[in-house]
Amino acid sequence: MRYFVQRLGFLLLSLWAAITINFVLPRFMPGNPAEAMIARYQGRLSPMVLHSLEIEFGISNQPLWVQYGAYLQNLAHGNFGLSITYYPVPVIQIIANSLPWTLGLAGTATVISSVLGVVLGIIAAWRRGGKLDTVLPLITMFTTALPYQWLGLLILYVFGYLLGWFPTAHAYTATLTPSLTPPFIGNVLVHAILPASTIVITAVGGWLLGMRNNMINTLGEDYVVFAEAKGVKDRRLMFMYAARNAILPSLTGFGMALGFVVGGSVLVETIFSYPGVGYQLVAAVQNEDYPLMQGLFLIIAVSVLLANFIVEMLYGRVDPRVRRGGARA
Amino acid sequence: MNRWNRVRQSVRFKTFMSFLRNPKALTGLILFSLFILMAVFAPWIAPYDPQATIFAPLEPPTWQHWLGTTGTGQDVLSQFIWGARTSLSVGIGAGVLSTFLAVLIGMLPGYKGGWVDRVFDTIANIFLVIPGLPLIIVITSYIHSAGPLVIIAVIGGTGWAGGARIFRSQALTYVSRDFVVAAKLAGASDLWILFREILPNMLSLIISSLMFGTIGGILAEAGLEFLGLGNVSVISWGTMMYWSDAGGSLLMGAWWWLVPGGLGIAIFGMSLALMNFGIDQVTNPRLRDTAPPEKTSRRKSRKVRSDVIHG
Repeated sequence: MRYFVQRLGFLLLSLWAAITINFVLPRFMPGNPAEAMIARYQGRLSPMVLHSLEIEFGISNQPLWVQYGAYLQNLAHGNFGLSITYYPVPVIQIIANSLPWTLGLAGTATVISSVLGVVLGIIAAWRRGGKLDTVLPLITMFTTALPYQWLGLLILYVFGYLLGWFPTAHAYTATLTPSLTPPFIGNVLVHAILPASTIVITAVGGWLLGMRNNMINTLGEDYVVFAEAKGVKDRRLMFMYAARNAILPSLTGFGMALGFVVGGSVLVETIFSYPGVGYQLVAAVQNEDYPLMQGLFLIIAVSVLLANFIVEMLYGRVDPRVRRGGARA
Repeated sequence: MNRWNRVRQSVRFKTFMSFLRNPKALTGLILFSLFILMAVFAPWIAPYDPQATIFAPLEPPTWQHWLGTTGTGQDVLSQFIWGARTSLSVGIGAGVLSTFLAVLIGMLPGYKGGWVDRVFDTIANIFLVIPGLPLIIVITSYIHSAGPLVIIAVIGGTGWAGGARIFRSQALTYVSRDFVVAAKLAGASDLWILFREILPNMLSLIISSLMFGTIGGILAEAGLEFLGLGNVSVISWGTMMYWSDAGGSLLMGAWWWLVPGGLGIAIFGMSLALMNFGIDQVTNPRLRDTAPPEKTSRRKSRKVRSDVIHG
């Protein structure tokens, strides 16, 4: 229970930090970008909209804390302002349309890469010094350092254009209407394969190397040697004895790993024109649509924070030491 | 001569030699040095002016142009060599900055303890979970066409949290060690103890933090520049990818325009990871490549066991 309260407290604190960063950034950047943006739209947008933009970006004579209060109040009501690019569509609506795509893409890619990486890491550590153990770490050192955008473009080129196996853009064929029917779901999956593989290829290495090193450390522990001496079967020793403990440090790094995947999905979505929050974020940045950009950054941060919180709760279930608050390294 | 013998017998030299004896670490060091040499001597190595648009556009690799030409008729190899300068210095700069901040923010409060430590630890934990690239994108979008120095500041200034946490937990384990207590009793100042007594013990951690900071820095820079958020008139591996994508290189089959930049990043990143692997092996005996004892003994013990059972 104490663990739960502690983690919940941290979640709230980090949410507040993300919200505040979002408030502070446009106000304290050199050259006041918001003012420049509003000056550019003078005469193109109605005075009322300009006024609301001014309030949103703090170009007013009100003291900061009043602005901050108004900002928080707006957020609490789900009022993220209006997008300039898609004027007058509210930012919250664009977020609602794009968030599911990113959750699906980044979420699936994270699950696949973590499971794949952990299993390969276990096997590599088990067959220490074997062929797999010499080749896999080398390959992953290379793939981990691959730029997402570069890999994405090459995959798109080879499997999309040259071979024509997969569609080259968007989340589903434009002529289909979204529905929960098998053909549509199949269409979505086919569209997701290339972007998801890009993320998996670059993300799997971190999991693999981390798991391998933890596993090697764990395999040297006395209790594993004892279990071995006792005659515990290989498979059981590998997964139930060693891997169970070796996986714990990897789980704590989950939040960070997720941050990387989400960052990567910004680039990947842009390349595959995948209509998620990352794609919208880049479009908003390129159109200097600051209200949309702010809303999207906030929602990306909040999603990662929430996902991290969920993992922490699961972690508490997996590792009783954490729950009791003792023996924490 | 005498001096050389002393050096040879010093612990540091022996550690370095055992680092070099590791084939992976040695490969990494050689690759890394090649890239650094290429960046340093770019003006003498590059065959042409990287900006000059004087050749036939989109020429595939030939003897004149080993890596072909861009859509505006620039030599890709020259761009690659000059681009290494920007990309490597931004990456290394960001790595150094984030490691410096990590040591400062992680170790100092960790050593001091109390509420200062709790505050800084919380800040580090928050920065750790706020997704880095989106944050960097948002910050640079407010600064128009950020140059290399600004990019170093943004990437380094946001990327220190992971290291800070590691340095903090390490500093905590050293606080009550005998040699630290002894230094304290001898009247050494806190800063002296931190930087002269504790920090040298964390050398391998600092190096690995530098390496990962550098890889992350180069990748983040390439991402920003690819999105057109950097100064696109600077030549770097990131802007090479930006221009090749903007010029539709792949649609025209001009893979040689896109491939070098990303490949350079990946191979340079791999060289750092290889060296880091070597350092891990030197500092963590369990991870050493040589003679995996567990495995052989496991096989043997099983055989002995079955022999005993089956007679």
